[in-house]
Order: sequence, then structure tokens, then C-alpha cells
Amino acid sequence: MSSVAPADLPVESGKGEIELAVEHRRDGGKAKRVKQRLTSRGATVAALIIAVLWTIPTFGLFISSFRPAELILNTGWWTIFQNPGFTLDNYRDVLLSPSQSSPQLGAYFVNSLFIAIPSTIFPLVFASMAAYAFAWMRFKWVNWLFIFVFALQIVPLQMALVPLLQFFSTFLKPGQQWLNDVIPIIPVQNYLPIWIAHTMFALPLAIFLLHNFISEIPGEVIEAARVDGATHGQIFFRIVLPLAIPAIASVAIFQFLWVWNDLLVALIFSGGTQDAAPLTQRLAEMVGSRGQEWQRLTAGAFVSLVIPLIVFFSLQRYFVRGLLAGSTKG
Amino acid sequence: MTTADLIGKILQLLMGLAVFAVIVGLLVFFIDKAPKRGRDYWQLAGFLAPALILLAIGLIYPAFRTLGLSFLDKSGNFTFDHFIWAFTQPTAVRTLINTIIWVALVPTVSTILGLAYAVFIDKSRGERIYKALVFMPMAISFVGAGIIWRFVYEYKSAGREQIGLFNAIVVAFGGEPVQWLQTDPLNTFLLILVMIWIQTGFAMVVLSAAIKGIPTEQIEAAQLDGTNAWQRFRNVTVPGIRGSLVVVLTTISIATLKVFDIVRTMTAGNFNTSVVANEMYTQAFRASEVGRGSALAIILFVLVLPIVIYNVNVLRKQREIR
Repeated sequence: MSSVAPADLPVESGKGEIELAVEHRRDGGKAKRVKQRLTSRGATVAALIIAVLWTIPTFGLFISSFRPAELILNTGWWTIFQNPGFTLDNYRDVLLSPSQSSPQLGAYFVNSLFIAIPSTIFPLVFASMAAYAFAWMRFKWVNWLFIFVFALQIVPLQMALVPLLQFFSTFLKPGQQWLNDVIPIIPVQNYLPIWIAHTMFALPLAIFLLHNFISEIPGEVIEAARVDGATHGQIFFRIVLPLAIPAIASVAIFQFLWVWNDLLVALIFSGGTQDAAPLTQRLAEMVGSRGQEWQRLTAGAFVSLVIPLIVFFSLQRYFVRGLLAGSTKG
Repeated sequence: MTTADLIGKILQLLMGLAVFAVIVGLLVFFIDKAPKRGRDYWQLAGFLAPALILLAIGLIYPAFRTLGLSFLDKSGNFTFDHFIWAFTQPTAVRTLINTIIWVALVPTVSTILGLAYAVFIDKSRGERIYKALVFMPMAISFVGAGIIWRFVYEYKSAGREQIGLFNAIVVAFGGEPVQWLQTDPLNTFLLILVMIWIQTGFAMVVLSAAIKGIPTEQIEAAQLDGTNAWQRFRNVTVPGIRGSLVVVLTTISIATLKVFDIVRTMTAGNFNTSVVANEMYTQAFRASEVGRGSALAIILFVLVLPIVIYNVNVLRKQREIR
């Protein structure tokens, strides 16, 4: 295979490998000549200004989250040197405080994580199975079906919400009730509807992206396995899945962040209590009800940002790929 | 959260994953043991069934049902009232106008800023760090971004020390503090600023990669012809990245049309800041006006449709060229 790119991104090839491209270009002899840049000193200054402007809002919130409440509420964060103060109380308060009035984000953090993990695994498994079928089980009408699935991307999430909620309360609610009767520590309002909703909404794009990649696996590999008597199940698990890992990783990271950052699906399917609601929903609620308690909002916001930022800085290359590929989702 | 709650949640997660593994396992088992007659079809069905069933329940059926609901009144009779409401009632019209303002401003401004930034930092020292700084907002949630910017827009009454950056600047220049998010129509533009803050990073990353894809020969040739930087940018760079520009513009347009979280977190659509996606949620799930909500969802679909079709066409042409 010539390319490791997960799929045909909606931009010309190799967009995902920005860092690689940069380094590669620097190595080349030609690069030296071109190194006299397109732009001047003025451009550097402009870039610096934009970079600073873009960072200040986040930076201000970050600084504030470590300041004592009375300082946050009465002095600007930029006066930190005149009004010094450092505390971890805000984080302790939002995460661990047992008092009913505090946000108790710990529970919601667990929810976010437990929603995002299955909501990433489920659609990716089903999507890669479907992508394999679309790519390697050739029937005439299967192609049409694939185009139809691809076209489903134009249905905005908003169009599905009302009927899906009605559907869930008719067919899923009794099951959740029954589960609660059998195992009382699992609340009636459990994660199941959110998992299913996220899985459904992720499928069209995931199928499309994985299909692009899986269909580029050389035909000889798969033919050889068939001649040796491998079944479709074996080919899928032993050959296709291992080869598709880079593509699956990119799509998975994108999907994970999408679910982690989602508010709309959660608002409608989670029920809103700490039984199942994720961080984003709790934070949005806090903004509504305690919009002035900045000591809590700042720390709370950073609790929700920490996982995306870790993913972003550690897996930036995969993330960029997944994002470029997945940016039309929703 | 008590320990029992946590155990319950872990149990849910493990059960969910286990049940899922069993379903997939059974499916694969039956695929491999499919009856000899029509074996190919059975196997095909096995691989496609989960995805197709979920899509049918989760997207296809709901889309048609929403279309139906948008034409039904509360007692189930056919009506155009919901659409008439959406296009005549002042607050609903305001929602549509706001959406148009959003989709006119966000894609253009973010693309221009992102392109400028990408050009400025191209081949500069520390390019990676420059990129990461502007791209970072893309990784965080719209809710997080909403909180970050609410803090920037925070208002304290005149005479007290301002803790919001905007008002602090205004006061430092001798002005009166402003209730930014309550001031119509300024507030809509301030929400738009948040979306631009997020999307510029996306535009920058895509366009930066596209700029690096332009053959250096073209730029060198232009240099030999004695062009200045602006002429090279206009006549070499921009034509060279036209495809990516279109993708960036359309992608951001779609994201903007569907924007929900920012408005929800920052103003909840009050003070005349609502947009279609937010109003859809408010009508259908807060005000129990399912018909109106459905009509707004249909309007959203109609707005997104041409952009998506255009995008798909561009994508198809690019692939043909390759």
C-alpha cells in the first residue's frame, strides 16, 4: 500500500501528515533555496499577535481556576501579580465535595468517559463490518446501497431527535425498567439510549471513511486468503482489521472527541441527572444556574477540557487526520 | 457519587461491552456457518445487518417521521401552520436572520484569518507551536469554549473592578462597562466571534497543508519574474489551493448552520440571539411544540442540503482528476 492515510480526506492527499511533510521538506536540498520565506517581518509580528489573541481567553480561564474565589470575583486575572493567590480548592470543590449544592463533577466525569468509550467502539466495529461488505462482497445493488448510506450524511442530527426519543421511550424504556428491577444499582436512566444514539449517528461517516481505506487493500491479499479456504469472518478479523488499524485509530479518536464534546445528544437522551448525564451537560446547566460562580465554572471547564487536550497534544497527528476526514459530520 | 453508584456504572459499562461482544460473536459465528444455499447473500446480510438496522431506526425512519410531524397539528390534522409560524412570527424570523448572519460571517472570516495565519507562519521557526496554539480551540467542546468566552464578556456594574477582559479594556479607556451578552444586536456578533475563534484553527491547518502542496517550482518561477509577495500570493498560492478553500468554506458553513452548543451555553437563545438549531431544540424539547421543532429541523435540512451537494460534487471531481 502506498499510503497510510486512513481514507480519502476531503482535501488532496497527505493533508493529515502535516508534520511529516514539513520535516521532509526541510531535509530536501531544494527546501534550502526556498527557505527565504514568502513573507516578511511584518507577517511574523501579525502571526504573533494572532497567536497571543487566540490563547488569551483560555489562558485567563486557566489562571483563574487556580485563584481563590474572592480574588476571582473581585479582581481581573491579569492582576495576578498584584493580587497573588494560589489554591486547588476550586478543583477539590467541583470534583470531590460531597455537599449537595456543589457540582460534584466526579460523577459526570465518569459518565462522560463511560459514554464515550462504548460510543466509540460500537459504531467502529459495525462500520468496519459494513465497510468490508461494501468493499469486498460484490453485488450490483450493493453499490447503490453504499451510495445511499453515504447520502445519509446530509440528514442533520436535528431531524432524527424527536422520533428517536419517542422510539426509545416505547421500546427501550421497558427494558431499562426491567434491568433496574433485576439489578437495582443500575438506574432506570442508564447509558444505553446515549450509546445507541451515538452509534447510529456515527455510522454513515464512519462507514464511508473506512470503506475508502478498506477498498484499497490489494485484492490479491484477499483472493489468496479465499483460495486458501478462509471464510469472510476469518478474512475480516485476521486480514482486514489488522491492516485497517491506522484508519480505525484516526476515526476512533475523532469519534471519541466528538462524543466527549457533544451536548445535544446528551441533552435529549441522558435524562439530565448524574445517573447518566455527561460533563458537558452538567457544565451547560451550571452556566445557566450559577453563571456568576466563576470559581466553580473555571475549574469545571478545565476538568472537561483535560481529556480533549491530552488527546490533542499526544495524538495530534491522528487527531488532525480524523478531524479533516470527519469534519463534515453532524 | 457513592461507591454503589460507581459500581453500578462500571457494571453497566462492562455489561454493555460484554453484550456487544456476544452480539458480534454470534453474528460472525452465523456468518461462517451460513447455509450452503445462497451463502453469499447470508454472509452479506450478516455483515451489513447491524449497520443497516441501526441506520433505518436512527436516521431514515426519523427523517421521514420528522417531515410528517412538521405538517401535523396537535390533533393530527394536516397543516402549514408550523412553517407559516417560522416565516412570519417575529422571534422566529429573527432566528432565521441570525442564522443567515452566522453563516455569512463565520466561514468567510475564519477562512480569511486561517489563510492569512497559515501564510504568515509558513516555514517560520516554531511553526508547530504557532499551529498548536491557534488549533487548540478545535479540540475543546463548544460548551468549554462558551464558558471561556463568557468569562471574557463578564460584566460587573460600573465602579466595581471588572473581571471580564472586554469590560476591563473598555473601562481602562474611560468607557462604561457593557452587558455584552444582553445587548442586541451586538450579542449575536459576540457569539459569532466564539465560533470564529474555534473554526479559524481548522481552516488554518487544512490551508497550511494545501500551501505546502504547491510545487516550489511555481513559486520560484514567479520570483524570477520579479513578482512581489502579494502578487505571488494572489496569482500562485490562491489558485493552487482553490480546492481546499472550497472544502474549508463549505465544511465551516455546515458546522455553522448546525451551531447549537455555543448559543445554548452562552445565552440559551435569549436576548434575540437564537439560531435555527437552538430554536429547534427549544421548541421541540422545552416548549413541547413538536410540530414547530420539526419544521425548523426541516428548514435546517433544506439550508444544509445545497452545501452538502456542492461539497460532494467537488469531492467527486477531485477524485476523477486523481
